[in-house]
Amino acid sequence: MDIVKAENVVFEYIRRDEEGNPTDVTTALDHVSIDVRQGEFIGILGHNGSGKSTFAKHLNAILYPTEGTIYVGGMNTKDDDKLWDVRSCAGMVFQNPDNQIIGQVVEEDVGFGPENLGVPTKEIWERVEESLRAVGMLEYRKKSPNKLSGGQKQRVSIAGVLAMHPKCIVLDEPTAMLDPSGRKEVVRAIRGLNDVEKMTVILITHYMDEVVHADRIFVMDKGRVVMQGTPKEVFSDVPTLEKLRLDVPGPTRIAWELKKKGLPLPDGILTAEELVKEIEKCR
Amino acid sequence: MIRDITIGQYYQTESPVHRLDPRVKLLGTLLFIITLFLYKNPAGYALGIVFLLAVIKTSRVPIRFITKGLKGILVVLLLTVIINLFLTPGTELVSFWKFTITYEGIGVALTMLFRLTMLIMGSSIVTLTTTPNNLTDGLEKGLGFLKIFRGPVGDVAMMMSIALRFIPILMEETDRIMKAQLARGADFESGNIVKKAKALVPVLVPLFVSAFRRAGDLAMAMEARCYRGGDGRTKMKPLIYKKRDAIAYIILFSFVILSVWIGRWQVISEFFNSLYLRFILK
Repeated sequence: MDIVKAENVVFEYIRRDEEGNPTDVTTALDHVSIDVRQGEFIGILGHNGSGKSTFAKHLNAILYPTEGTIYVGGMNTKDDDKLWDVRSCAGMVFQNPDNQIIGQVVEEDVGFGPENLGVPTKEIWERVEESLRAVGMLEYRKKSPNKLSGGQKQRVSIAGVLAMHPKCIVLDEPTAMLDPSGRKEVVRAIRGLNDVEKMTVILITHYMDEVVHADRIFVMDKGRVVMQGTPKEVFSDVPTLEKLRLDVPGPTRIAWELKKKGLPLPDGILTAEELVKEIEKCR
Repeated sequence: MIRDITIGQYYQTESPVHRLDPRVKLLGTLLFIITLFLYKNPAGYALGIVFLLAVIKTSRVPIRFITKGLKGILVVLLLTVIINLFLTPGTELVSFWKFTITYEGIGVALTMLFRLTMLIMGSSIVTLTTTPNNLTDGLEKGLGFLKIFRGPVGDVAMMMSIALRFIPILMEETDRIMKAQLARGADFESGNIVKKAKALVPVLVPLFVSAFRRAGDLAMAMEARCYRGGDGRTKMKPLIYKKRDAIAYIILFSFVILSVWIGRWQVISEFFNSLYLRFILK
């Protein structure tokens, strides 16, 4: 069954003047159709202003589509009675780690979601422990979030969402404000969730190297899905990606340039190891 | 620099007072303050002092941390003493120019000094031995009865704890903005107080803008995690009374009863009153 099903979603930001008449309409999402199956790792790529964050907010019923419908876990996000079910079904991690941690102690922050859901005290403790363990932050449980690094804070945020036992987790540029080592940490934690916990992950980012291991990738531009497929398929088309101002991962780029010079390499090389292997075959 | 400021003045150590339920401590402070106004004789004051010292001793907080709180209200203390000293009518002791000091004036001034000092010291113990978080929890649970009158106790407690969480973050932000403005040639040091206050405007404006943006982000993050007000929430760390809290309540109530009894000790009270006035003044 599809955990997320977006059908021809249109979303318009409407700017109004003082009388309330629309003056300017920006179409942030333009007939977007995306479907995600249980257990998949989905990457949504796009440059600034491509509509990818707007789409993320739709999955959590923070925004509603102007046209079209989104089903999350089989529920229509427009259905007000199901609002909280939608939100506990699709957990959301935001960009700024400082602005989404509520508790003053790591474990209290992770417990915030389950507290809101009315989970009994004993079970909250179990969930907090298992979630912190899943992101490798168990030893920091008694620490103040202010003392953690950006990557650690973001892992705490992920744990906070995990503790709500969602069916899928949506990460809206979770690494955009982190340094390279923090990014690596967070990406490793996210991959762990998908591999080990079989969690459905929707990772929204503009770093392509974070999604080379994804099952499927959607590339968005100006509110539309312009490319989709497996990482291999999407990354083979280097010229289009460059036109969309996206940075192609290093190995893919080198392979593409070499191929242009006449080396018989296959399309869609994603990692350095793969590249080395393919070049050795050419000798 | 600015980051070192701590809000609340929690003194971290292990002690029986630290481990008490915050509700016990809050109610204890309230009752202690009330008893201060019941005493009519030095025996009562002595009891109050002994009780306070005993609590301080068990809390293992160094006494200088507790007296530190008095510094802040030194002016208020002096003012109260002076006003009471000169403006209480009664039997004249000394008189110069327009001012008269009376026996009663000295009595009232000393009583006020005692009450205010004890009041501040008594309430510092709570803030010194309870984390702000715990204090918020205690207030939420302790004032829970207001929910009957539709008081938004849970929401207010949530606001308090979020405010506490964001204080260090906003401090850091202030620091950063100040440095950025300094780098652009802003001058926060020179000039009189009006000029200095004006120099802070370019710090406060971006600070407010970012605080509002943070608030918006945080509200969205809380909604995304299914926060929908105080009702129907469970607690990860619920406050549960333990045996030591019961013992503390027993000690507390015996102290209150004793205070009421001693406070009403009229005969001895008058004897002490005359004795100590004579002893101090003659």
